[in-house]
Amino acid sequence: MTLDIRFRHHFPDFALDIAFAAEETGITALFGPSGAGKTSTINAIAGLFTPESGRIAIGGETLYDTATGINRPARARRVGYVFQEARLFPHLSVAANLDFGAKRSPDPLPPAERQRILDMLGIDHLASRRPRTLSGGERQRVSLGRALLANPRILLLDEPMAALDATRKAEIMPWLERLRDEARIPILLVSHAIEEVTQLADNVVFIDDGKVLASGPAEDVLSRSDLSPRGAFLEAGAVIAGEVLSQDDGHRMTEIGFDGGRLWVPRLTAAPGRRVRLRVKAGDVMLSLEEPRGISANNVIPATIRHVGETGDSPYLDVALACGGAHLVSRITRKSGERLGLRPGMKVFAVIKSVSVERHARPAEERASGAT
Amino acid sequence: MLHSVLSDAEIEALVLSLRVSLVAVAFALPLAIGAALLLSRRRFPGRALLDALVHLPLILPPVVMGYLLLVTLGTRAPMGHWLEATFGIRFIFSWTGAALAAGIVTFPFQVRAIRLALEAIDPHLAEAAQTLGAGPFDRFWNLTLPLAAPGIIAGAITAFAASLGEFGAIITFVSNIPGETRTLPLAIYSAIQTPGGEAAAARLVALSIVLALAGLALAEYAAWRVRKMLGT
Repeated sequence: MTLDIRFRHHFPDFALDIAFAAEETGITALFGPSGAGKTSTINAIAGLFTPESGRIAIGGETLYDTATGINRPARARRVGYVFQEARLFPHLSVAANLDFGAKRSPDPLPPAERQRILDMLGIDHLASRRPRTLSGGERQRVSLGRALLANPRILLLDEPMAALDATRKAEIMPWLERLRDEARIPILLVSHAIEEVTQLADNVVFIDDGKVLASGPAEDVLSRSDLSPRGAFLEAGAVIAGEVLSQDDGHRMTEIGFDGGRLWVPRLTAAPGRRVRLRVKAGDVMLSLEEPRGISANNVIPATIRHVGETGDSPYLDVALACGGAHLVSRITRKSGERLGLRPGMKVFAVIKSVSVERHARPAEERASGAT
Repeated sequence: MLHSVLSDAEIEALVLSLRVSLVAVAFALPLAIGAALLLSRRRFPGRALLDALVHLPLILPPVVMGYLLLVTLGTRAPMGHWLEATFGIRFIFSWTGAALAAGIVTFPFQVRAIRLALEAIDPHLAEAAQTLGAGPFDRFWNLTLPLAAPGIIAGAITAFAASLGEFGAIITFVSNIPGETRTLPLAIYSAIQTPGGEAAAARLVALSIVLALAGLALAEYAAWRVRKMLGT
């Protein structure tokens, strides 16, 4: 099921000009700063907001098209929408909330599928409770279940974790990972949190100031250092995909293998073979012409300079590196760059001070088979 | 049991009062919900006029309301004449007229309570319902109405209690006919006007107080039950 979105709208002080396509299954993140137009975009898909012009189609079915005058009402679009604040119906039990969309769906799920979703979200035991008595994380899971049980063609998640504290976020994250791996429909995730996006998204659409600035695989988009027109919103860095190789329980460290070498990171609770994503900030990568010895950093990776990029008027340079098939970015001062005589093609050693690890639990085999 | 305390005429007044109030509230309630929906959800030309019209009975003396009803629905008034000739409906000198007067005078109480309840509903819930496939009528019936229920019940009970006490509009519009339009307040008035009627008046006053307190308690209880049921 392909998602094709293209629309324009002029607000009094803000213009939206959005165009992107999203593929089949997996999570596509609409990523960007607050007020960039991300929520308006999914509202346009859901039919809660009518843009001035454009076309929105899911899997070949047109929901909105100003050229032909098609505008399906929200209730007929079969879009699953999980709002930031859950928006459960307070006068209904959890069971009745879950059934609300299912009862109205033109194509309700078979009982086995329904049970699979309830089990996947771990909400079966909440059926007789009232929304008011649930924790924030439970509410979001029920809200996810309510949307999924209506058997939607696409799932829209509007910052589903923004209203939750860190503990609750950690609580709901595994459910979202399961959802991503098991759902058979495309998922659009609106988020302004880089950790969330690195951890969950397969593809990223970077939106700022009402425009799509970049879209593509998460590793590529999140590694670009030129996507931060609003200053420090997206700190320069690179995302690399790897796999857990071994655990060093004595030192509480985990070894990650990737296309380009190995990295030691603070202990991850993931079995060997598990796929993970790492985001390495450019500021945490130092460069050395010779292989450094006797330093505290655990990770020294041989790399080749791809290009040396200026960062405007700042005293810094962003040096793009290739380590095998993986890419890294190092932010060093202009002064160091000149002293070392850095230029594209040079062999260097990247010294990585720290790595922020984003678990990415999609099993390798499922990814290889592309899921259905 | 009631007969040991009250005379037949007094019981008649009590039953009539309850009937008049019940009918008044039952007929006015759907209209009040409609008016409250229009006033809280829609912007349309004439909205201010509707708002003023709904509140008119609250600021006009009941006697004036009764007079206005008399001149529009009396048998010699064109509209009253037409209603009687076409449908055989006659309000004048009838308990239905008393119910109409009570319903109109207490209408603002219902609209105000319901409107407050409607405005307290999170409009985002309707968006969620839309994405789950609920159309406008579906949303009204399954979302708006249950969520506004505490306000609707409170409005209805307040209007019922106020109807029990309505005097001016009823006596002006449909007069004071025993067994037909003589509700409790009118019966109290008549008892006071009658030499030696002080005891009867005192009994009826006590009855009115009991009814009012019971109504208040019932309103509180109903609101509590509904809130518990709704889980809000």
